[in-house]
Amino acid sequence: MQGPVCPVPHHHTDTVVIGHGSGGSMTRDLIRNIFQSHLGNAYLDQGNDAARIGLQNAEGEMAISTDSHVVFPIFYPGGDIGRLAICGTVNDVAMLGAEPAFLTAGFILEEGLPMETLTRVIESMASACEEARVQIVAGDTKVVEKGKADGIFINTAGFGLIPPGRDLGGQLARPGDAVLISGTLGDHGIAVLQARGDLGFESGIQSDVAPLNKMIAALLEAVSDVHVLRDPTRGGLATTLKEIACQSQVSIHLDEDSIPVKPAVRTACDMLGFDPLYLANEGKLIVVLPEDKVEIALKVLHNNPYGVMAARIGSVSENDPEQVLLKTPYGTTRILDMLSGEILPRIC
Amino acid sequence: MAEQTPDFLAGYRNAKLVKTVLAEIHQTVTQPWTLMEICGGQTHAIMQYGLDQLLPPEIELVHGPGCPVCVTSLELIDQALMIAKQPDVIFTSFGDMLRVPGSKEDLFSIRAAGGQVRVVYSPMDAVKIAAENPDKQIVFFAIGFETTAPANAMAVIQAEKMGLDNFSILPANVLVPPAMHAILSSPNNRIQGFLAAGHVCAIMGYWEYPPIAEQYQTPMAVTGFEPLDLVEGILQTVKMLEEGRVAVENAYSRVVTYEGNKIAQAMLAKVFKPVDRNWRGIGTIPLSGYGLQEAYQQFDATQRFDTGSIQTEESKICIAGQVLQGIKKPSECPAFGTLCTPQTPLGAPMVSSEGACAAYYRYGRKKS
Repeated sequence: MQGPVCPVPHHHTDTVVIGHGSGGSMTRDLIRNIFQSHLGNAYLDQGNDAARIGLQNAEGEMAISTDSHVVFPIFYPGGDIGRLAICGTVNDVAMLGAEPAFLTAGFILEEGLPMETLTRVIESMASACEEARVQIVAGDTKVVEKGKADGIFINTAGFGLIPPGRDLGGQLARPGDAVLISGTLGDHGIAVLQARGDLGFESGIQSDVAPLNKMIAALLEAVSDVHVLRDPTRGGLATTLKEIACQSQVSIHLDEDSIPVKPAVRTACDMLGFDPLYLANEGKLIVVLPEDKVEIALKVLHNNPYGVMAARIGSVSENDPEQVLLKTPYGTTRILDMLSGEILPRIC
Repeated sequence: MAEQTPDFLAGYRNAKLVKTVLAEIHQTVTQPWTLMEICGGQTHAIMQYGLDQLLPPEIELVHGPGCPVCVTSLELIDQALMIAKQPDVIFTSFGDMLRVPGSKEDLFSIRAAGGQVRVVYSPMDAVKIAAENPDKQIVFFAIGFETTAPANAMAVIQAEKMGLDNFSILPANVLVPPAMHAILSSPNNRIQGFLAAGHVCAIMGYWEYPPIAEQYQTPMAVTGFEPLDLVEGILQTVKMLEEGRVAVENAYSRVVTYEGNKIAQAMLAKVFKPVDRNWRGIGTIPLSGYGLQEAYQQFDATQRFDTGSIQTEESKICIAGQVLQGIKKPSECPAFGTLCTPQTPLGAPMVSSEGACAAYYRYGRKKS
């Protein structure tokens, strides 16, 4: 037999590839190396879902966030691109403890998009705005030639006021804190794969896309000293917790048995070689808060329709900073890292 | 998550049952044994559940070449890249292959440059794409072991039935028994027992294995992929070793029979014939791959496209070849976790979700 042979790596620095949009470590590197290196400032460098901006001559601060939505297909079980565009930005603003109030919406439409499709998307956005109690106050529309977009892309920006004295952020997790999740993981990721026909079977799973601002408001009213709120979207729970662990210079210890995953999602993951801890969610909330507030926080979450499956899943420690460690049902431990590139199905 | 798993699988993930079998392994072992799990799916399950941490120190698990993405030769990957660059081609592949580096680029790069590369979950999806795109040539990268080969054969048969002259496969299937021969006959071999790959045996049965076990005096247990399956397979193999018995036992009888799936085997024989195949990192193993039978040559992409004379370029840094043969562990590689990560893979075992290096990296096995 011949000796060891393997190729040199291709680092994908010459061109953008799909993994740069995965929400994992490739996205993080792209942001650091291109965006932050040229556009960085104290606000952008906070690295949270929204920026916290001080207001002159006014109490409190403003949270500002923006997000672009390119999901395919446009409609999928439990949601659509319009609902996603509203909920994603509302949630990002709410993660700083702000009360989302105003949104802007920019549309890139592809020539040939049926008006009926556009109308359905806008109706869905209106419904989500009503549920979240936010208003779209400015917008923009561009139409591009056929073949230069995928039907419809939507960018939204969100604005909300952070009440005086409220301080939340990914850098504020403290040793001794508890980690909660508001519900089951991976529903959105599997629902979209199913709608693309990529699963090869029917899972019956609906996306969890939802505005979480009311649930967050209730939580913060009951527990004033929550340290971190974050929604585990692209990259999933594992990637998001890894970000928090790095921002706060702490370790996060999870108990696998306590992490809620629907059986159908688990089965789909088993068949495709996915890990539900890395699948996208669009209606879930990570809460990091002092240990003595766990009970009351869970009670508040359980009382909200989007938090009925909320569970305590782990705790924060000062040992092994920047690590996320998962205790398996067998008593063993494994390290969770960021999602690396795109989630790819294994072949057998 | 365990209590939310469907009842059927929950039993095979039951921590109490797994610990009971582990206790029996601890009681059985009296001396060091080196076992190989040949399948990458088993490597990942062992790492995911941390089962290696629970075994007695006498048992060393080493990882075999059972990752089809890892062992697909550089020549074949470069051929795939060349075909995928052709303007009228839609190149279809399982997802894992998109990240595997060829000599100079990978399928993701080809796609970013405008090539039509699509991820499919089944070769039948590629046949469907061929039917929907009569003006394009659709090529499927037919990688995998005996597990995926029947679906590849079925795709060829279906394309023939549908009269599709725009569908072809790039044949890259590899076979497990010749690889076992190659590993066990190597002067560097240190494998004393095998966990045979359950999914491969589900198709092929395990009638091919007793002569191999006998020839190399190496007991084997056909092993599944859930924690209970894996510890049962380890227990059966260790028992045989401790008792000085050489046999092939079936620890995956709910899925695997001695004869295997005769219909699938007949379909394989109709479409494919064994050919010599170059395994990345290992070298050429005689009759270890599937090529198309004469009657189906028109579905061979290498006949349809001029891939020219490909010059491959391999790096000398990584030790993938030794990892794939069970000679070294991923964590013994000087580049592991530093120069070589899933994001910057030096070798295919770090790329594929089935790869031993990726399993070590993802599930937190550091350098000792």
